[in-house]
Amino acid sequence: MSATMNDTKTIVLKGRKVVGGIAEGEALVTRDRVSGWGGIDSRTGTIVETRHELRGVSFAGKVLVFPGAKGSSGWSNAFHLTRSMGVAPAAMLFNEMTTKIALGAVVTRAPAVTDFDRDPLTVIETGDWVKVDGDRGIVEVTKRNPRPA
Amino acid sequence: MRLTPDEQAMLDGRDGAAVQRAMDLLMRYGDALGAERLIDTRNVCGTISATTPFMRQFAARKGGMDAVFSEFNLDSDDVVEIPKAKVYSSHLQLGFDPHEPERMGLDEQTVQFYRQGEGYIAGHGVQLANTCTPYQVGNVPTRGEHCAWMESSAVVYCNSVLGARTNTEGRESTGAAMLTGKIPYWGFHVEANRRGTHLIELDLDLESTFDWGLLGYWVGDRVQEKVPVIHAGSGLTHVPNLQRLKHFGAAASSSGGVELYHLVGVTPEANTLEQAFGRKEPMQVLRYGAAERRATWEKLNATAESSAIDYVMLGCPHYSIEQIWEVTQLLEGRKVHPGCEVWIFTPRAIKALADRNGYTKIIEDAGARLMTDSCSAMSRAVPKGTRVAAFDSAKQAHYLPAILGVQAWFGTTAQCIDAACAGRWLGALE
Repeated sequence: MSATMNDTKTIVLKGRKVVGGIAEGEALVTRDRVSGWGGIDSRTGTIVETRHELRGVSFAGKVLVFPGAKGSSGWSNAFHLTRSMGVAPAAMLFNEMTTKIALGAVVTRAPAVTDFDRDPLTVIETGDWVKVDGDRGIVEVTKRNPRPA
Repeated sequence: MRLTPDEQAMLDGRDGAAVQRAMDLLMRYGDALGAERLIDTRNVCGTISATTPFMRQFAARKGGMDAVFSEFNLDSDDVVEIPKAKVYSSHLQLGFDPHEPERMGLDEQTVQFYRQGEGYIAGHGVQLANTCTPYQVGNVPTRGEHCAWMESSAVVYCNSVLGARTNTEGRESTGAAMLTGKIPYWGFHVEANRRGTHLIELDLDLESTFDWGLLGYWVGDRVQEKVPVIHAGSGLTHVPNLQRLKHFGAAASSSGGVELYHLVGVTPEANTLEQAFGRKEPMQVLRYGAAERRATWEKLNATAESSAIDYVMLGCPHYSIEQIWEVTQLLEGRKVHPGCEVWIFTPRAIKALADRNGYTKIIEDAGARLMTDSCSAMSRAVPKGTRVAAFDSAKQAHYLPAILGVQAWFGTTAQCIDAACAGRWLGALE
């Protein structure tokens, strides 16, 4: 255990609240924008878009880290349904603010943060443990595989 | 968010629980955006229907259509009684065409529930336009009018061609707007955000709807959610009409997220190149020529392997009466191949005109169908056993292979009709 502790390193990112609340979970990171309607399966929280790098991967219970939303105006409803089905992401961290993602994050009711002091896409990797304090806009990242200092 | 006294009273419950929930959602949404205030709107386009099996079960379990509206249009924790719409609201396309239960694989119960849903929608003062193209059936906002529309192809038309102002709203925000006449003042409601970002120089002379669709698909892919300015150096030889700009915008909002574009000399906020960009320099200058046109056509036809056509779908976005008239000219006196079906989608109001014009009869005599309310992407319905489909819409060719796993051909309307009659795709890029 102590060896593991020594290997971990915590990074703190500061951003702006989109949706308040506190959550933590394993990070799922993508550099591809995410489509809602026609891009995810709301019953399983799985990304289904044909050429998406996370095709077939579920974000249920994960801290989803992504550039932003794209596609149909059904974005918010598709993510709203993931909450109804119990497969919503634990939290959402993203860079590009749009009406699709703002409304989608609000109705998903998972803590969400944007406008970071550092790009979460370069700091956070899939598998890192991430604590999100939506109200304060603070994100604490514990690296799974810390790089040598 | 700063509220006016009237907005604060709505939030405090003056106008009842549903309006209170609507204001609460608009506050959370506005805060999420970083908006500072709301703006009045008197024109909302959204959806309040329950046509999927999940939504129907939700309605049955939780207390009917008010429960659906409370959860999926207001994000409310409890079921509240929904009053009539406060401002002019139009319903968008829905999950199927109730007049074609057999073709769309619907049972009696599903159709009955749909009828009840229609009663609820109309009873709440929402226009049963049932189309992705409200601007084709009389909902034509004026320049500068603040709207709250969803449906990406309608949003881009509203902003760009009409010069009205809307962001891409969603099911919940349009529900809240129907009951309050309010929407966050953010994004494309704000004059300063409506200037162009990317300059697209045309090296080709575009004439057909097919060609405008191709250009839209290329532009959306290149600029994503930015604001492209389309410019023909020596001027446009052919000014594009409604159907051409409808297909252009629908394509650009499918391959990318374009919500506003300017076409210099044509659209209302771009009399000149200078006006389109304001004082800003373009972030990027891109050129569209024969090579880009061919590459886009190949991309749209990338899933097509077999030339044996099972299905031709027209009417994405919903066909105008002009397009239906064109199809009758292509179809009259011919027969659709027995191994193929043709479904053409249009708003009900336009179908009523097509009926009177005799167009529906010409279409049906040829073995094709003129349908309403929906499309194959919304309904996930295609003729039984469809493997290969043909479209004159880049948007539909973009979505259907992903949604239903069919192979897609994209071509001109004439190529689609020829394929339907021959049962084989014969089209090439001309």
